Amino acid sequence: MISDNSEQTIVAPATAVGEGGIGIVRVSGTSAEAMLQRFFRSPGAVDQFESHRLYYGHIFDPDGAPIDEVMAVIMRAPRSYTGEDVVEVHCHGGPLIIRRILDLFIEAGLRLAHPGEFTLRAFLNGRLDLTRAEAVIDVIRSRSEAAGQLALRQMDGALSRVVYSLRDRLVEHLALVEAHIDFPEEDISPPTIARLAEDVDAVSSEIDRLLAGFDSCRVLREGLNVLILGRPNVGKSSLLNALLGESRAIVTDIPGTTRDTVEESLEIAGIPLRLIDTAGVHDTSDLVEAEGVRRAGLRAETADLVLFVIDGSQPVCDDDLLALEMAKDKRCLLVVNKSDRETLELTPPFTDLEAVPLSAKTGSGLDGLKEKISTLFFSGGEISESTLVSDRRHREALLRANEALTRFREAISATHDPEFLALDLKEALQALGEITGETTPDDILDKIFSRFCIGK
Amino acid sequence: MVDYGKEYDVIVVGAGHAGCEAALAAARTGCSTLLLTLGLDAVAQMSCNPAIGGLAKGHLVKEIDALGGEMGRNIDATGIQFRILNTKKGPAVRASRAQADRMRYAARMKTVIEDQQNLDLKQGAVCRLLIDRETVTGVETREGILYRGKSVVLTTGTFMRGLIHVGLNNYPGGRAGEPPSEGLSDHLRDLGLKVGRLKTGTPARLDRNSIDFSALEAQPGDATPRPFSVDTNAITIEQVPCYITWTNQQTHDVIRGGLDRSPLYSGVIEGVGPRYCPSIEDKVVRFPEKDKHQIFLEPEGLDSAEIYPNGVSTSLPPDVQLAFLRTIPGLEKVEIMRPGYAIEYDYVDPSQLLPSLETKTIRNLYHAGQINGTSGYEEAAAQGLIAGANAALRTQGKEPIVVGRDQGYIGVLIDDLVTLGTTEPYRMFTSRAEYRLLLREDNADQRLTGIGRAAGLIDDKRWDEYSAKLEQIDAGGERLRQVRIGPSDRTAISRLGLPELKNGASLEELLRRPEITIADLLFLDDELASLPAGVHEQLEIAVKYAGYIERQKEQVGRFRKTEQIKIPDGFDYTGVASLSSEVREKLVAAQPQTLGQASRIPGVTPAAIAVLSVLLRRQ
Ligand SMILES: Cc1cc2nc3c(=O)[nH]c(=O)nc-3n(C[C@H](O)[C@H](O)[C@H](O)COP(=O)(O)OP(=O)(O)OC[C@H]3O[C@@H](n4cnc5c(N)ncnc54)[C@H](O)[C@@H]3O)c2cc1C
Repeated sequence: MISDNSEQTIVAPATAVGEGGIGIVRVSGTSAEAMLQRFFRSPGAVDQFESHRLYYGHIFDPDGAPIDEVMAVIMRAPRSYTGEDVVEVHCHGGPLIIRRILDLFIEAGLRLAHPGEFTLRAFLNGRLDLTRAEAVIDVIRSRSEAAGQLALRQMDGALSRVVYSLRDRLVEHLALVEAHIDFPEEDISPPTIARLAEDVDAVSSEIDRLLAGFDSCRVLREGLNVLILGRPNVGKSSLLNALLGESRAIVTDIPGTTRDTVEESLEIAGIPLRLIDTAGVHDTSDLVEAEGVRRAGLRAETADLVLFVIDGSQPVCDDDLLALEMAKDKRCLLVVNKSDRETLELTPPFTDLEAVPLSAKTGSGLDGLKEKISTLFFSGGEISESTLVSDRRHREALLRANEALTRFREAISATHDPEFLALDLKEALQALGEITGETTPDDILDKIFSRFCIGK
Repeated sequence: MVDYGKEYDVIVVGAGHAGCEAALAAARTGCSTLLLTLGLDAVAQMSCNPAIGGLAKGHLVKEIDALGGEMGRNIDATGIQFRILNTKKGPAVRASRAQADRMRYAARMKTVIEDQQNLDLKQGAVCRLLIDRETVTGVETREGILYRGKSVVLTTGTFMRGLIHVGLNNYPGGRAGEPPSEGLSDHLRDLGLKVGRLKTGTPARLDRNSIDFSALEAQPGDATPRPFSVDTNAITIEQVPCYITWTNQQTHDVIRGGLDRSPLYSGVIEGVGPRYCPSIEDKVVRFPEKDKHQIFLEPEGLDSAEIYPNGVSTSLPPDVQLAFLRTIPGLEKVEIMRPGYAIEYDYVDPSQLLPSLETKTIRNLYHAGQINGTSGYEEAAAQGLIAGANAALRTQGKEPIVVGRDQGYIGVLIDDLVTLGTTEPYRMFTSRAEYRLLLREDNADQRLTGIGRAAGLIDDKRWDEYSAKLEQIDAGGERLRQVRIGPSDRTAISRLGLPELKNGASLEELLRRPEITIADLLFLDDELASLPAGVHEQLEIAVKYAGYIERQKEQVGRFRKTEQIKIPDGFDYTGVASLSSEVREKLVAAQPQTLGQASRIPGVTPAAIAVLSVLLRRQ
């Protein structure tokens, strides 16, 4: 909720991510300056930051390794956007860098700002005039909703299933502990402390594992997997080369030249991509070729995006359809190649796909493709901020859950008093609740009554 | 129709646990009060279990006591077995429980009511409310008498359209042997209130003389019974044990054999029963793997032969009841004095109430107790006290008492009811309280005496004693911090069983050690030693649990922020375009009083709360 916690210092990216250039991380609240003092070093050592002055330097992680070269500024209260002490760190705009700086500050105790929270604070501190209040409300609403939807969409099924199952395990334990508190007269045996400790440890290491997954966030470290798929000789390798801007894959007119997959890295709008060129898909009896086709199919399964290439100057053939079969259920862009020649009208099923006409040979239409890719993953403006932040929010929730479980482990070794154990378990559940939805006291009671025969 | 000719400030309908507290509270604030009930021979009846307290319920009784209510004193005077539960756990979840002498409990309460100034007790069955321009102005009884009153508190318990089930037989009744209250709930429905139906049940009462206790495990009370009320110095009435026995496979077989004649399993009962209070037939069906269920045999009174078998509530036919009871050790030759039964009754959805327990649509009308969908004497009494006091405060033009969720179980109870409503009988559990470590039995007086005093419920004597206790706690805390033992105080160090103290330590630091209690430290300071035991207890808890208490206080600090943002009466949600129509509907229906309450309404999103928070602060 936004209205509480106004004493906490908050942090969030202040610019859209993924658009290259400069990214700004904004911090607001009483600990803003402390962040700067802790993590920012300027070549000409600064004792006292002057308000509203840009400083050049680096942001360092707690181990002393530089994260990025930045410009930093502090704007002291009340002369700032929010009316509180505000620090802004201008860094290189890549999502990875912004993420690392956010994480650094969050681990140092800041909270990720809620959607619209900077604006809300500005309003509450009298920095925005009353006539803008309605606008503020709309910003909060639209951002909250966008963030909420994105958080849901972004969280992939496997991850959410894990988090739900962890929640269920904690609910189970809390129910045991609570039953022991509220029903001392009933014939139920107390929770076995050793078992409880053991399973909470297990939950905690699951969360660690999830967190590690977040930290090494594949998309941002290794890049998005973008698969180039199509039947032979539609210009897949030419497309790869055109995107890379140089000749890497062997390009010939003999169909099936690319017998194996070829991988190349490249960045579009600050998003690292892994481009994977595959063997042309066709019905073949050649063993080597068949193996290439099989591998292309495997790669398709793990791709984040498929660039499905067809030859726009040729009518659709069976091999096109065979290749399309491999890309079904995948996020897909239809690249209609050879736009430098006479092109034919698209026919179903290709009319269902989002089509980008281009010529890999002349390079015309390439920019259009790049733009499509970047909007697909990081569509500009508000959403892109939320995209980045929503998964940070999950990470933050998991971190807090784990802190509570760590306290639980400490508590359990000092006391077995169930009401203290319950306090920590509840806090862990509350944190997970930001992902799974709240666990109410009634949920716990329900569990107790379904598990134990209670009642006089 | 006869007009009684006297206008009361407060009229309370029903002399159950809710009604008695409501009437006493109103009269004690100085309001002229009328308590009307169906039968004067059934005031403060314990319809079910002859016991007061238990987990969370004991907490409620201490809170009622701290607010000047009667329940604590009443059970102290009539309790025949006192026990503190959870003594091996921390102070927050220790709770008091006492077996009551049912007849004495009711008789004493009736006397207290009769002796109370400003309070008239009369017999009468209320069938209608008098309403003038959406404000209640009095009540009309079946006998044809009009009583005029500035405010009315309804506490009708299980009586409205009560229907008693024993096997497949059923008949109208408000409690075994008493008539139901007909017409009133229809009238309330006509007034636009949402009325629902709930169900509860009770076991048979057994003849003590037909039970063989010799083979059963006795469960005595605590050696030194601790009273509920701060006004009680000691428990003086005779104390008796309870006994424990168990059902067995044979019992379960008999029960299964009778299910075809159970009103529950044959679909005759429509009302929703409590999950936490299942009948024995429910337990046997739902937990087939359990081969035995525990039964406490509780005496109903010193001068009564009736025994209450706690654990075998049932609505099976009487022949099945007798047959299954006789399979139980000790009960082989048992005689049933009153059969067990289930009862269905009308309740009024409590989400139609304000946190003061006043109905939202009819001014000066308050509801308390089982009519609000709760079950239990303590839950009823707690609401009764608040509703009675608030009805009185209204006529005096004062602000109502609203106990916060961070201030008492009473606050949790009422907030849950009015914010969430209830579709099954609501009972208090400590797990419902998010600030459980702060809401202890031992500090109920510190949490609530001030609130009670402000409302006029606490007399000077109680207030002076309480103020003195606070001063002693302060003084004791000061001593703990100031008095130190030095490294050279060898005798003290060895008497405390410590190895050595390099830099010395204050008593407070010593007390933080898990192995040291405050009693161990008293020899070190006469001033500390001279303080009463209750003060020592507070000092010890404050030091030993400081970390946890601090943590909960921080949580409370955050909670209070939204709780303090009031939503003005009649706030126009329809004009707020930024709220989704669903959220708007929920808010209009619930009319939350604070931003905090709004945030607890199911379906009201955090984004909606943020939007409201902006609007409210703009005002
Ligand atoms: C069969 C049975 C089983 C129960 N089992 C349990 C249990 O297992 N656990 C538990 O916690 N609680 C149980 N209870 C509930 C417990 O008895 C009640 O919660 C508690 O007594 C409610 O207090 P009250 O003051 O709201 O109502 P009651 O104690 O029911 O008192 C209502 C009073 O209102 C009077 N009255 C009603 N209508 C009118 C009218 N129109 N005009 C005038 N007077 C009227 C009645 O005469 C009565 O004196 C049970 C109750 C019954 C009857």
